[in-house]
Amino acid sequence: MSVIIIGAGPAGCEAAYQLAQAGEKVELIEQEAQPGGNLNNWYQLFPDRKSAQELNRQLILRLEHPNIRLHLGCMPTKIDRREGRFEVQLNDGALLTGQALLIAGGFQLFNAHRKEEYGYGIYENVITSVELENFFTNQRIQTSTGQLPKRVGFIHCVGSRDEKTCNFHCSKLCCVTAVKQAIELREILPEAEILCFYMDMRMFGPGYEEMYREAQEKYRIKFVRGRLSEASENKAKQVLIKAEDTLIGKPLKMTLDLMVLMVGMELSAGSRQLAEMTGIEKATNGFLRVKDPHFATNETNQKGIFLAGSCSSPMNLTDTLTDARSAALTIREYLKHIDL
Amino acid sequence: MMNFWGFSIAEARVIDYDKNDKSLAEMLAEEMPTTRLCIGCGGCSATCTAGNLTEFNIRKLQMLLKRGETKDLRDQLHKCMLCGKCLLVCPRGVDTRKMILFLFRQLSEQDHNS
Amino acid sequence: MKLEGKQQIWNDYQKEIANDQYYYARSCIRQTFFPGSEWAYLDILGNKLGKTVFDDPKHTTCTGIGYHSDVVPVETIMTVVARHFALMTEAGFENMTPSCITSFGIYTEILHTWEQHPEMEEKTREFLWKATGREFRKPRNLAHTSDVIYKFRNEIAAQKKYSLKDIHTGRPLQVVDHIGCHYAKMFPAKGIGGAEFPAVLSGMVTAWGGESIDYPERRHCCGFGFRNYLVLANRGFSVANSKKKFESMQPYEPDFIITNCPGCAMFLDKWQYTISEMEGITYGHNGYGIPVLTYEEMAALVLGYDPWEIGLQMHQVSVEPLLDKMGIPYVPEAKYKNAKGEDMGHPAYPTYLKVY
Repeated sequence: MSVIIIGAGPAGCEAAYQLAQAGEKVELIEQEAQPGGNLNNWYQLFPDRKSAQELNRQLILRLEHPNIRLHLGCMPTKIDRREGRFEVQLNDGALLTGQALLIAGGFQLFNAHRKEEYGYGIYENVITSVELENFFTNQRIQTSTGQLPKRVGFIHCVGSRDEKTCNFHCSKLCCVTAVKQAIELREILPEAEILCFYMDMRMFGPGYEEMYREAQEKYRIKFVRGRLSEASENKAKQVLIKAEDTLIGKPLKMTLDLMVLMVGMELSAGSRQLAEMTGIEKATNGFLRVKDPHFATNETNQKGIFLAGSCSSPMNLTDTLTDARSAALTIREYLKHIDL
Repeated sequence: MMNFWGFSIAEARVIDYDKNDKSLAEMLAEEMPTTRLCIGCGGCSATCTAGNLTEFNIRKLQMLLKRGETKDLRDQLHKCMLCGKCLLVCPRGVDTRKMILFLFRQLSEQDHNS
Repeated sequence: MKLEGKQQIWNDYQKEIANDQYYYARSCIRQTFFPGSEWAYLDILGNKLGKTVFDDPKHTTCTGIGYHSDVVPVETIMTVVARHFALMTEAGFENMTPSCITSFGIYTEILHTWEQHPEMEEKTREFLWKATGREFRKPRNLAHTSDVIYKFRNEIAAQKKYSLKDIHTGRPLQVVDHIGCHYAKMFPAKGIGGAEFPAVLSGMVTAWGGESIDYPERRHCCGFGFRNYLVLANRGFSVANSKKKFESMQPYEPDFIITNCPGCAMFLDKWQYTISEMEGITYGHNGYGIPVLTYEEMAALVLGYDPWEIGLQMHQVSVEPLLDKMGIPYVPEAKYKNAKGEDMGHPAYPTYLKVY
């Protein structure tokens, strides 16, 4: 039996390995030149500050399994279903067949340009959380004028929980990412003032709330409950921001030397395309809809097509890997069933 | 300056964080790091004996302090009855009573020096 | 500031502006406080650009001031506006060009309301017929007069006699624009650049050689807000808003402020005097104020009109420092003389704000 997996990010890699270990043949398709997906852009992971590239390396290493065939730089151009089998035509001419199809197309980050009023791409000292990760990788933090920032603000919920960007959902991870990044920043900038502007602190995972607490007490990160309403640039290229301090009930303004936008998650363009090609329904949050939120979290409205990872909702890496293992189990059950 | 208009320029309500003096809050945080842990839940002010009888709001008070809005502090602080009920409910273990005493001491020292 | 980022987004905010044959709707405030502005607009359109503009003597206020201060009901203002449309129709025009952003906002709001609620349009037609026996067609194109100047900014640049440059240093003049809430914030898509990326005035400024300053409070209200200003008790809010803007723009040392809205021109000009008397603060160079021009006045100066002919002596803040920078000649003695050369008398000197 063989399974076709589209997307070799963490979910695709983990599911491929689990299925391969169980004796299934796996065709793993990835549009980029290397596997790893969004993990390639990260420096350290919450909550244990594990090196993202170390985890990535481990996931990729396991793709050397003899049951896995990796197709890098490939995209499906056509997906057909013939006599209970899926036929996937790739852009390099190859034709793959399999009894089950697993979509692990993942998420993409919100394009911060769309939130015009925050000035990303216009004001010099506005960056995204991803760019900050790159700064961490290079261990170099400075403003556009080449100075060490004295005050840095993290803006939560950029492109999340925001009707104005057509994203009603919570991206879940940005709160804890902001806390993690604020701590990392404190280690590099011991004297700087670091503030997080949040709407709610959603510390859902194990160890997250503890990390939040530590950020406050040990790392002296300040938290202001209020959504950024306007940002502008002053003569010194600092960012002048306005928010309400909702716990006081007064408007608040301050200048920041660096403003970090915690960009949210959206269904990736690749996942969207796959949904259109295969007729998979989308949920109201724009992600792919699972068949049942409790009993069939990896199944879809299309028989034989499964989902793994953040194409079905925003997920952290722990949940993504768990979801991938769950998808592998679900697919094995399915294959047994069609075997009969 | 003359004013024959019958009105004057309205003061902005906005918290001007750049201009505000946050040194008292800094001192407090150095002395008592637990005061950094407040998450604004309001447990303290809900149970507060003084807050049920007066405008005293201990949650808001320490937030104002952190933003450098210290104008009201002096008027408000003495309303605290030091009963310590807030200590019992705080989910983050902020030593609220000690915080009040510290602020009292600081303010009286400031008064003494001026 | 990364300009490419801005330009990318400006492209999303373009609007259609008619090319000729305009029906002109005057502004109550502009023709009272800056009468030279409207005269200059008509002269530029007619004599410099060769366009047909109909300045209709039968036209009245749109009642926007009353509407926004809750004394004119919506049915009344709709009927008054319907009468304007009827006058335009009768005169054989289809392109409505109000000279006031509040009128522009009101026309836009009413047309939008009629689109959403056709029964209100029917009702208004009935009211107008009963009251005046008139009928109307809705404008084919609605543009604010600054949109029209913006459209022809390059044609004006081709005829310009003076540039927005300091002739002594060659430095482009640093200009603060103020586009006005009723132009940009009520229906952002109807204004060039919306409120986020206001381009209507800054487009003229750059076309004529100046540079636009993007300062933090650029989008903030001047503080007019009809109910704020009309009610004495609220006037402190009004001036506080202007003050906030002055404080935010001052570090950039602007050479002048250009305004879209008649009310903003008045408040940004006259509040500088009020603030100086109340607090002793001035915002321009050396104790002077920051000159405030309407866009028509700016266009007229660029085209070589005489400063006193276009009414610059009506401004509270002296414009002479700006004229000197641009190298525009003027006769100081003629400032307060009327068309016959008779002395009109001089205004009193402020206590702190320096004037010529």
